[in-house]
Formats: sequence, structure tokens, C-alpha cells
Amino acid sequence: MSTTVKAEPAQPGQDDQPRRPVWRRLFIRPEAGSLVGAVAIFVFFFATAAPFRQLDSFATVLYTAAVLGIMAVAVGLLMIGGEFDLSAGVAVTTSAIAAATITYQFTLNVWVGVFAALGVSLAIGFFNGYVVIKTGIPSFLVTLGMLLMLQGANLAVTRLVTGTVSTQRISDMDGYAALEAIFASEWTIGGVRIRVLVLWWLLFVAIATWVLLRTRIGNWIFAVGGNKDSARAVGVPVARVKIGLYMTVGFAAWFVGMHLLFSLHTIQAGEGVGKEFEYIIAAVIGGCLLTGGYGSAVGAAMGAFIFGMTNQGIVYAGWNPDWYYTFLGAMLLLATLLNMYVRRSAAKR
Amino acid sequence: MTADDTSAPTALVEVQDIGKHYGAIRALEGVSLRVNAGEITCVLGDNGAGKSTLIKIMSGLHQHSEGVLRVDGEETTFSSPREALDRGIATVYQDLAVVPLMEVWRNFFLGSEIRKGFGPVKMLDSDRMRRTAREELAKMGIELADIDQPVGQLSGGQRQCVAIARAVYFGARVLILDEPTAALGVKQSGVVLKYTAMARDAGLGVVFITHNPHHAHLIGDHFVVLKLGRTNLDAGRADVTLDQLTQEMAGGDELGTLEHELRR
Ligand SMILES: Nc1ncnc2c1ncn2[C@@H]1O[C@H](COP(=O)(O)OP(=O)(O)OP(=O)(O)O)[C@@H](O)[C@H]1O
Ligand SMILES: [Mg+2]
Repeated sequence: MSTTVKAEPAQPGQDDQPRRPVWRRLFIRPEAGSLVGAVAIFVFFFATAAPFRQLDSFATVLYTAAVLGIMAVAVGLLMIGGEFDLSAGVAVTTSAIAAATITYQFTLNVWVGVFAALGVSLAIGFFNGYVVIKTGIPSFLVTLGMLLMLQGANLAVTRLVTGTVSTQRISDMDGYAALEAIFASEWTIGGVRIRVLVLWWLLFVAIATWVLLRTRIGNWIFAVGGNKDSARAVGVPVARVKIGLYMTVGFAAWFVGMHLLFSLHTIQAGEGVGKEFEYIIAAVIGGCLLTGGYGSAVGAAMGAFIFGMTNQGIVYAGWNPDWYYTFLGAMLLLATLLNMYVRRSAAKR
Repeated sequence: MTADDTSAPTALVEVQDIGKHYGAIRALEGVSLRVNAGEITCVLGDNGAGKSTLIKIMSGLHQHSEGVLRVDGEETTFSSPREALDRGIATVYQDLAVVPLMEVWRNFFLGSEIRKGFGPVKMLDSDRMRRTAREELAKMGIELADIDQPVGQLSGGQRQCVAIARAVYFGARVLILDEPTAALGVKQSGVVLKYTAMARDAGLGVVFITHNPHHAHLIGDHFVVLKLGRTNLDAGRADVTLDQLTQEMAGGDELGTLEHELRR
């Protein structure tokens, strides 16, 4: 680091200027609002729904949250980077169909199909990112196009090779057992069903948080979402960061797709539409700004957790599940208001 | 890479008969300008005169359509701002100096982060960056209560100063400032002007863009006035008075406003 204007030696005492108190720093984090919301909803269902209080129910809530949450974290990162991905929901199905179809049709080891599916998912992410960057068309439109193309291809390809709208079983093929253990194993400990996906989810949240806050890439993600022209002007490789984020969503779609494939055994080709909004909603509940440049992985995970609690809580409370979406919509509005309030009062200092 | 030898005949950066059009719009035509070490070159002109376009070419954000751009006497075309930065040309843009939602220290080090550790686990050395950012800003007279606050919460002048301090800290040889005083009050303008002079004294070549002939005349060694993309005046400090500069800048009707501005 060459300093052209000569630096006076810093006063030793100055270096340790006090930072904000911990509670204050917690309060101004993007996920602060969603943490409060999650606690409130937890208390609510804990009080009103007796089955909700059992540990096993909580494990189910976590599992529901994890299926959504792995995608929500990736989509949250992408949103912090200033872009959307509407194709993320069907891309999960595409990945699972790719793995099943390639393995079955060519009678391959399941590992080959799974890695081929990874290639497909990363390619979809790359394509989304590349088109958004190179053409300047809003990501909303580009990925809407991708959503429709994938949705059509999912159904058409599956019907073409199987004659139905679901994939063939591959559970008796080579390599299946090991992959099932990686993506979909579960243990029962003291009557509580622990799914490995929940652990994966927590791991991904931890990695994403570390990357966002502690690495250069994380700095760049905030910058390209906050003001991509400023970021470019100081030398941030904007195109690479954004394409990388789309490919991260691709990776997450592959991972969740593999989980669904190895836990459900067959995949319904029409699945996935509408999920993309759940990911975006989870990220927004977690404090990610729709306009980019602000948010957190923990927040997106919290958003997914709130989804999981609501989804299961309504069932445990014995209410008509039709109310689920009403509940969710109200929560989205409340969370957004709460986040806005937190940000405003944090800004006042 | 050392070019702070002021007696050297080659300019740090030089543009010659440069031209640029955006589609059918001619933003710049036949403009020439030299940036020497230890000198401040002022570029003046009305809105839309082509000032920003000129410096965006020098800083790699746009490419010129005609003419030549030389860095250290060597003909160059930058394909990205990173290339210009690597040649020691740092720019503080009027409209894109900082990322408002990011913390002050993250902005300060954006694109040139300090990291520790190795391999894939390289992470930001945030303590060192916080400390350095605070020290560098303190040198400009900006004492922040909190280096963790978003830059968007700073005043316009403070934001400019963060951007300038960043450019100087990262060893720029050429500092391009696009209307750094445009949104500032008298006192904060004074701080920016003083710091610009400090950068010059440290041997940097400075390009200072402004609407304000008063500011320009205070610190400029050389003046280029643009009008509708063409050079209207190109003169050294000895050859031009403040009145002349004002006259060149302002066509009749705007003179009244300018006089008012100068007499504050
Ligand atoms: N990206 C662009 N696309 C099309 N035209 C542009 C673009 N950028 C600038 N122009 C045009 O080029 C001309 C010069 O603009 P420029 O921004 O260089 O002016 P300026 O001297 O910096 O003005 P100001 O004082 O308002 O900042 C203007 O007519 C402007 O409309
Ligand atoms: Mg301009």
C-alpha cells in the first residue's frame, strides 16, 4: 500500500476507538426485524398449538424451513447483489429431472447423473447471469423467460422419455445409496427425526454469512447491489460477481433438487412453479432490500424459518390450511414494515 | 512507475484531439489536455459541455471514438476502470463516488481490500481497514463518530472527502475529480480545495472539474474551458485572469447569477 500523502504516525490511543455497543450493532443488523418476528411467531404457535410444543414437531418445522431455506439463502445473496431469479423454483425440478433422466436413460452410475445435473444447474445460472449482464435487460424479465422455458422443458422432456409427467425410479441403480446418505439421510434420536438437510442448511447459512461479512467477495456482493457503477469505477469485477451469484443459485437449486430426488424417489415434472416467490419473500422478510445492496444470509434463513413455523403451525393448531397464504401475506407486510422501522431508527443513531 | 519527475517532458496523461460520440450525440470533439505531475489542470464548462465524458475516457469508463490517449507518453486505450487504476489514475466521479448503503470503511477499501490468511480462507482484515480508514479521514479533518456507519449518512462533502482520501491513499499518480465542490458549502469546499492542493504538493497530477471559475482560479495551474464538446479556452495560469475565466464560462445571461455566486 503506497501512501503518497505522507502519513503522520497514528496516535496509539486512537486505534482503539470504541465501536458501537453490541446490542446496538445487533439492532442495526438487517436480520434484526426477522429475529423479533421469528420469536413472536414461535411464542404465538407455542401458546396456541399444543402439538407445536413437541421437539419432534420442531424438527419437522426445521426440515420444512431447510428445504426452502437453502434456496432462500442463495436467492438472498443474489438479491443483495441487486438481481432477481424467478426461474429458481422450477430450476430445482429441472435439476432433479436431469439427474433422474440422464441416469435412467443411459443406465449410468447415479453419481454421473448427479454431476451432470450439477453441470445443467450451473449452466442455467451462468446463462441467466450472462444475459442479464450483457444485454442489460432487467433480471426480472430474463429469469421470467427462463422460468417459462424450464417449465416447458421439464414437462416436455419428462413426457417424451417416460410417457408420463413423473420421472422413473433410479433407487436400484449403482451409487444410489451413498448419494441418498449425502442428500437425504435422517436419524431418529430420542423420538426426534433429524434430517441431514437441516444440517446442510445451517452449514450453508454459516458459509454465506462468513463470505458476506468477512471476505472480499462479500464486500463486492454488497457493492454491486448497492451501486454497480460505483463498484465498477473502483475496479470491482461486476460481471463476474453477478454471474457468480446466479451460479450460486444454480448450485443451491441442484442441491435441493438432489434432496428431493433422493427423498421422494420420483419427481413430478410440473413442480416448482411459485416457489421462486417463496424464496424472495423469505429473503425480504429477512431484511434483504428488493433494490439490492442490503440484507443478510441469516435474515434469509430466518425468513425461511418463519415460513416453516407458519406452514406447520397452522396444521398443528388444527386450522384450515387454506389460511396459510393469508397468514403469509400479512406476515410479509408486517415484516417489511418492521424492517423499515428498524432501519429508520438505526439511521437516526 | 515513478513519474513524479516534473522536468520530464512527457505528461502523466495526455489526450490529443480526442472525440467521443454517444450514437448520434457528439459529446466531445478535438479536445486536447495534458496532466503534469505536481500540477492542477482545471476543466470548466457548462452543463453538458462534455467534462464528464472527457474524464470518463481518461479513467477507462468509456472509450474514445477519435484522437489519442497517452499515459506516460505511451498510446493507450483503457478497456476498464481497473486498467486505469493499475496505471495510477484514480477518479472521483460526481455521481458515483461511493456505495451509500455500505459502511465507511468498506467503501474506503472497496476494490482494494486488505486481506489476511491464505488460499481459499483469505478473509478481510477488518480491524486494520477500520483503523486505516479512520486515520486517513482524520488527516482530512473528518472525524467520524463511527467508521461503521453507512456512507449514505455522511454529508456530501464528507462523502467526497472519503472518495478523495481513498484515491490518494491507494497511491494514485493522477487524481481526477469530477465537480467535487458542486454540492458543497463554502467551508466544505475549502476543505476539498485544500486537500486537492495537498495532493498536488505531494506530486500528483490533478484534473479538477468544476462549474465554478472562482474555485478553479484559486488552485489551477492550467485551464481548459469546454463548450458543447469543443475547447473554448486553453490557457496557463499566467495568461488568464479570473474575470476572463468567468467570461469564458458564462454566456451573458448567466453572468448575473455567477456574480452573485462569487460575491457570497
Ligand atoms: N451515456 C450517455 N449516452 C448518451 N449521451 C450522453 C451520455 N453521457 C453524456 N451524454 C451526452 O453528452 C454530452 C456531454 O455530457 P457530459 O456528462 O460529459 O457533460 P458535463 O460537462 O459533465 O455536464 P455536467 O456539468 O452537467 O456534469 C451531453 O449532451 C450528454 O447528454
Ligand atoms: Mg459531469
